[in-house]
Amino acid sequence: MPEKYYIATKPVPPRRPRIGKYGIVDWREDCARCHNCVKKACVYDRHRDEIKYIRDLDTVDSLFFDCMGCFSCVQDCTKNLLCLAINPEYEKLGNSYWTPEIILTTWAQAETAKIPVSGAGYGGKFSGYGFDSMWTDMSEIVRPTRDGIHGREYISSAVDIGHNSSFLVLNGDDVVSPLSPILSTPMPLIIDRIPDKYALPKLDAIIVETAVKTGLLALVDAKKWPPTGVDADKYLPHIAFYFAADAAMLPVEILKKTQLAEIEDDGNVKSRIRALKQIHPGIVVAVRVELTAGGMQRAIDLAAEDVEVIHIVADSDGREIGAEHPMFIKDMIRKVHRSLIENGRRDDVTIIAGGGIALPEHMAKGVLCGADLVSIELPLLVGLECHLCQKCDDSHTCPAKIQEISLSYGVGRMTNLISAWHDQLIELMGAMGMRDARRLRGDVGRAMFFEQLEEEAFGKLFGNRLQA
Amino acid sequence: MANFLEIDCKLEDIIPEKTRKTRTPQFIQARTIRPAPPRYRNEISKYIILRNEERCLKCGKCVEICPQGVHVKSPGYKYFAQPQSHLCFGPVCEKKGCYCITACPEGALHIQENPMMKALGDYRWPAEMILATWKMAENGECPSEDYGYDFETGNSEGGFDRIRFKFPDRPPVELKEEEIDTSIELNRRHDGRPRIRIDVPWYGGGMSFGSVSNTTQLSKARAAVAWNTFSCTGEGGFMERMRPYDDHMITQVATGLFGVREETIQRVPIVEFKYAQGAKPGLGGHLLGDKNTQAVAKMRETVIGISLFSPFPFHSVYSIEDHQKHIDWVKHINRRALISTKVSTPNDVDMVAVGSYSAGTHIIHLDGGYGGTGAAPDIAKKNIAMPIEYAISKVHNFLVAEGAREQVTLVASGGIRNPYDVAKAIALGADGVVIGTVEMVALGCVRCNRCSAGRGCPRCIATTDKTLAAKIDLEWGAQRLINTYNAWRNEIVSILCRLGLRSVSELRGRSDLLMHLDYTNVVVEREA
Ligand code: SF4
Ligand code: SF4
Ligand code: SF4
Ligand code: SF4
Repeated sequence: MPEKYYIATKPVPPRRPRIGKYGIVDWREDCARCHNCVKKACVYDRHRDEIKYIRDLDTVDSLFFDCMGCFSCVQDCTKNLLCLAINPEYEKLGNSYWTPEIILTTWAQAETAKIPVSGAGYGGKFSGYGFDSMWTDMSEIVRPTRDGIHGREYISSAVDIGHNSSFLVLNGDDVVSPLSPILSTPMPLIIDRIPDKYALPKLDAIIVETAVKTGLLALVDAKKWPPTGVDADKYLPHIAFYFAADAAMLPVEILKKTQLAEIEDDGNVKSRIRALKQIHPGIVVAVRVELTAGGMQRAIDLAAEDVEVIHIVADSDGREIGAEHPMFIKDMIRKVHRSLIENGRRDDVTIIAGGGIALPEHMAKGVLCGADLVSIELPLLVGLECHLCQKCDDSHTCPAKIQEISLSYGVGRMTNLISAWHDQLIELMGAMGMRDARRLRGDVGRAMFFEQLEEEAFGKLFGNRLQA
Repeated sequence: MANFLEIDCKLEDIIPEKTRKTRTPQFIQARTIRPAPPRYRNEISKYIILRNEERCLKCGKCVEICPQGVHVKSPGYKYFAQPQSHLCFGPVCEKKGCYCITACPEGALHIQENPMMKALGDYRWPAEMILATWKMAENGECPSEDYGYDFETGNSEGGFDRIRFKFPDRPPVELKEEEIDTSIELNRRHDGRPRIRIDVPWYGGGMSFGSVSNTTQLSKARAAVAWNTFSCTGEGGFMERMRPYDDHMITQVATGLFGVREETIQRVPIVEFKYAQGAKPGLGGHLLGDKNTQAVAKMRETVIGISLFSPFPFHSVYSIEDHQKHIDWVKHINRRALISTKVSTPNDVDMVAVGSYSAGTHIIHLDGGYGGTGAAPDIAKKNIAMPIEYAISKVHNFLVAEGAREQVTLVASGGIRNPYDVAKAIALGADGVVIGTVEMVALGCVRCNRCSAGRGCPRCIATTDKTLAAKIDLEWGAQRLINTYNAWRNEIVSILCRLGLRSVSELRGRSDLLMHLDYTNVVVEREA
């Protein structure tokens, strides 16, 4: 049995003032200075902590950072003056897809590397857009992973990238069929390039270092190689170069040390793959297909042309690019996956899916829908306290002061986040009774979809569902 | 507890020798409704009334006109006291012709919606549902319509929140409220074990000592006694001090087997096998280290301060046959016990239910994915297993198809927040429900989700910290729950009256009385 995949982590506190969900505001004059709220009401001493915290700050751009929202001080104020409100700074975080909730939980995971735990059940919507319209299954009694999570048994989250031969031709004891190169990654996750509008020179070094620490692969623009101050031998095995259509080939000795490359989809895919393989026969080559109107069909066609890895990418909110009524990444993955099965090609090709993967459950759900692995970029950036406000190039306005980050901070936070994602994947797999992430792919039997459950449970009772 | 046993033998004859000797007199708790005002100085109100003291003439018109006594000026005082905004009905007074705001000759009064309503609660438990529950806990009645609290549904945009009753304009039969029967039968197997009837169609769910305080557990137990129903110990063992409540307790045999002994199994009328729980389906229990205090550690026979994880699932159950062995074991140890099997809601929940029935369970307890009170990974709460609304209908229909429905009691939990949810769950096919969160809310929970933080709940409910736990008085806690139960029962009676049904059992499976706002509500034949 291979060694358990383990990521070493340690807490990396934030650099910026914390932003909490709640703020206490004193909304009328008249405070009696009784200090009831500070000394008695707050079980967690938040008022005092806040004062201490604010004292050491140069700027204060947040209200009460860690108030738990328990209303005790509000309800015990001797003059009934306090009001608990949702912090407007909190509400401004992210956007409609990358909700404040996602931003805050990502910050917490990047800080602590811990799985977020809370009490009192689930308080969110019944179901929702995108990945929120599916649930993962659990197995009640009979299951292969007995005490897999906290116990001795091994749940493997590793997946393969490359063309898996479905049979071998033997001559006596010798394998005579050509074996394609294949590589394995410890988690169904690959680090994608940060979109240009957010990209900062510093990030590249942080990302490759994170890839090394987590044992993952990171896609790096070939045009940007080499980033300054980077030890090539250490990093290259964790780097997958991305070649835009106009990118020049890298020197052989560099390329030889990598295992995966990705090329932009242009009319010339086949010859470019051939060229790469000629230089480095052991390399696996992926083609990046943007999920525009023709994207899904293009992916299916490429699979028919024996491309071994296809990286389908939606926009950063998981939507089909440029469509008026865009499909969501989850549905696009399912569609591509199903077509590949129908064409008898599914086991010949690895599908990497990206765009809109914001939470660890999206990784598991993307794989259940039919991807072999997913790619992420923005969550890592958010891990660095980014608000996704896209003001990165102006160092004055960036609320995360992302220009000022150090290598150790960046790597620590990204590593913590990836570790927390891994642990959460294991939780989901444990509940499903799955011990191998390879077998998760396309296993919709372990998923429950909103439309299907509605029809099964309510269709019989209430007729047809109205279209929204 | 004469009404417990309808077979012709005395309780003493069927409890094992050993238990008989150690049996303590049972606690008696009257079903009396008494005011149990909130613990905090300031109540959270839906509206806020502000008075401009400079303009106010102290003419007293507002005092006269307000039906709720919001404006108070004590004799001998120059100024008004702060308006009692939590009693205020709000703009509805305008329609009723008793609006202080317009009655004030000086325009000195101002009304606004309380901005805190946005910060309180969540989609499933909106602020108004919490406030309404607090009123129920305080007075034993649902808040009057004038308050305008919408507590029948939350804002989750699915499941119960989109399902409504199709109330006829007039009830098909005129029924008096006293005629309505809200009791349900827990043993439908006719297997010689006691027939147990509970007076309300719910019992209290498992919350272990460790996850909640002693006071919380005891308050639940007292409410169960008062309403002749049950409360459950949860996973952390069965404390000595619960002995006076034995007749109304369910003890849990969970995957960690923390605190499970033959002796504890013998004490109770119902034993519950907890295979899974909705808060974290497919994962064992978590008790974070901070909450594992000396008392908890002693009870669970573990070391203080370490996090306790229950394994998942039972390490001795690989099949329904193994499950049956477990049940036989407990049935053998306690000859009067009924067996409940608590499962979560996977895809094949219907198969699990039927399997459990065939293994000999009396009660199938489905715990849907969205409920739960204990600590759980956020990823599990939101994503694993299906919501209870789907599972009830799935399991009920399957049990009917298998011809097993009349031999087993089906109870549902995991998102039952108010009496309407109870009625909807029953109409979808459950016999009754199991509640948890609402009891916490009745005790003052604001759903801040911090139950698992360091010292536990900042509202002193889900905590084992002694200083915190001491802030809740047991009598008060019990009264809050007894009152809430009363409000729920009254509301269920009124629902049944409006539907012209004589009993809760007549409502079971009557999904024809429901409609779903997102459907055509015209049933078309489905292909098989
Ligand atoms: S709401 Fe609760 S946690 Fe927040 S400051 Fe007040 S007492 Fe403390
Ligand atoms: S009616 Fe207006 S002026 Fe008269 S006492 Fe009330 S607030 Fe003051
Ligand atoms: S709005 Fe109505 S209930 Fe509220 S204070 Fe005025 S009169 Fe009283
Ligand atoms: S911590 Fe918050 S959610 Fe948990 S019981 Fe206490 S008040 Fe309720």
